[in-house]
Amino acid sequence: MNDTVTVRKPKVRKNHIKMRLIFFLILLGILLFVTVFADKIVPYDPYEQDMSQAMQAPSDMHFMGTDRYGRDMFSRIIIGAQTSISSTLILVAIISVFGTVMGMLCGYYGGIADSVIMRISDVCLAFPGLVFALAVAALLGGGVSNAVIALAVISWPKYSRVARSQTLALKKSSFIYAARLSGDSSLQLIWRHILPNIAGPVFVTAMLDIGTMMMELAGLSFLGLGAQPPTAEWGNMMSEGRSMLQTYPWIVLSPGAAIFVTVVLFNLLGDTVRDYIDPKNSRQR
Amino acid sequence: METVLQIKDLSKVFHQGKNEFYGVDHISFELMKNQILGIVGESGSGKSTVAKLITRLIDASSGTIILEGQDITALKGSRLREVYSKIQMVFQTPMSSFDPRRTLGDGIGESLRNKKIPKSQISKRVEELLLQCGLTAEFAQRYPHEVSGGECQRAAIARALANDPEILILDEATSALDVTVQKQILDLLQELQKKRGLSYLFICHNLALVQEFCDEIIVMYDGKIVESGKTDEVIGHPQAEYTKRLIEAIF
Repeated sequence: MNDTVTVRKPKVRKNHIKMRLIFFLILLGILLFVTVFADKIVPYDPYEQDMSQAMQAPSDMHFMGTDRYGRDMFSRIIIGAQTSISSTLILVAIISVFGTVMGMLCGYYGGIADSVIMRISDVCLAFPGLVFALAVAALLGGGVSNAVIALAVISWPKYSRVARSQTLALKKSSFIYAARLSGDSSLQLIWRHILPNIAGPVFVTAMLDIGTMMMELAGLSFLGLGAQPPTAEWGNMMSEGRSMLQTYPWIVLSPGAAIFVTVVLFNLLGDTVRDYIDPKNSRQR
Repeated sequence: METVLQIKDLSKVFHQGKNEFYGVDHISFELMKNQILGIVGESGSGKSTVAKLITRLIDASSGTIILEGQDITALKGSRLREVYSKIQMVFQTPMSSFDPRRTLGDGIGESLRNKKIPKSQISKRVEELLLQCGLTAEFAQRYPHEVSGGECQRAAIARALANDPEILILDEATSALDVTVQKQILDLLQELQKKRGLSYLFICHNLALVQEFCDEIIVMYDGKIVESGKTDEVIGHPQAEYTKRLIEAIF
């Protein structure tokens, strides 16, 4: 009888995690749907100014109120999701691919190039991220793409660290030796055997990183180095409303809530993916 | 008899901090065609390092490796990969010698794919190899964690044979298996040797197994060869002090 209990426990846990994963994926699906079809969903033109409607409190007409130019906040939040979410996803895609490739090559080949690249990444990791990104963004000038570049420059080492240590651990395992004896060239080996085996940890790192990156991008925009007005982006929308926080709080609170909800969603999804991939939670095979 | 593999003065220096030490210390030996040559010694004596040196998985510090008259000590890239159709290796832990994310059939067929053999022929060849090694065709579809250690080792032998090699290096190939399975694998190896005229380099720490299986043996200690010769002579009349101790410990 005891056996059935010990065998079933992990299965139940796994199913539980699976349910959670599906739940968060559905929420993410809704978020992405809204982002992609933002143009069709918005009730008002997010860029149309109407001074007579300026700074209205949330009401039936304007669900989240209006800003100082009379633009509907709800429409701007939805359109802003396009900039915020797509630039974050592009950023994470760039740094995870670049960092992973660098990490795998460093781990596999070693040598002087490895030392040099790893010291560079140490330097990047030693700086407080946002400060370094500020410097880079200030150098490049404002704009969403420049903010993405600035954050990419300092954020890739996370991935190269993960990929490198995983590659080092794999490199000495017998199946890599066996693949070499089967006539794989180094690049074939990396592509066929190393990448698929390190993809899990890298993917989890990326999922958990989306929230952080979104905050940092919004932070840069808030400071005026990301998206430029009148572009609707959550960070600079908060910045625009900053001086009116006490009198017209919804102008700051609504983009703030949007960032909060999205970041929490991505973080929870990241945690769930990590639990799902973790072999300790997987079913007995 | 024809020499298929000749090792001359082979050394491997390892660095540990500032210290240097010989993992393999100037060893020389020859492997004849159809011969089963055993290498015995305790853990850390350099046996596995020898296997990795010969298959060029690690680079030698000095010495030469001559495979059928060709010096392979410094070969690189595609020239080195050609060597792997003559010399192959079976590893100690069968499970970890297959990529956990790929099927056994995929692993066995890898070298055939690298030789640009058409897909339809590959699956047929893989099936033949599995049958030869005492498995059924459906094992090609299985993952390493879905089979037993013995079955996995049979698949590893099939993978080595896919290259149609002349020399097979068995690096503790039976050590991770339990005794009855060990026997089955040895029987399979013996049968394959007769059928294909293979030469084996049988690396093992189990003296009893070596005595049963090998024509000649080499005893290694601390990276050096301390004794070598016909199996019965070495075990019956050991000369070196270390060999005597090793034999006393077992019999």
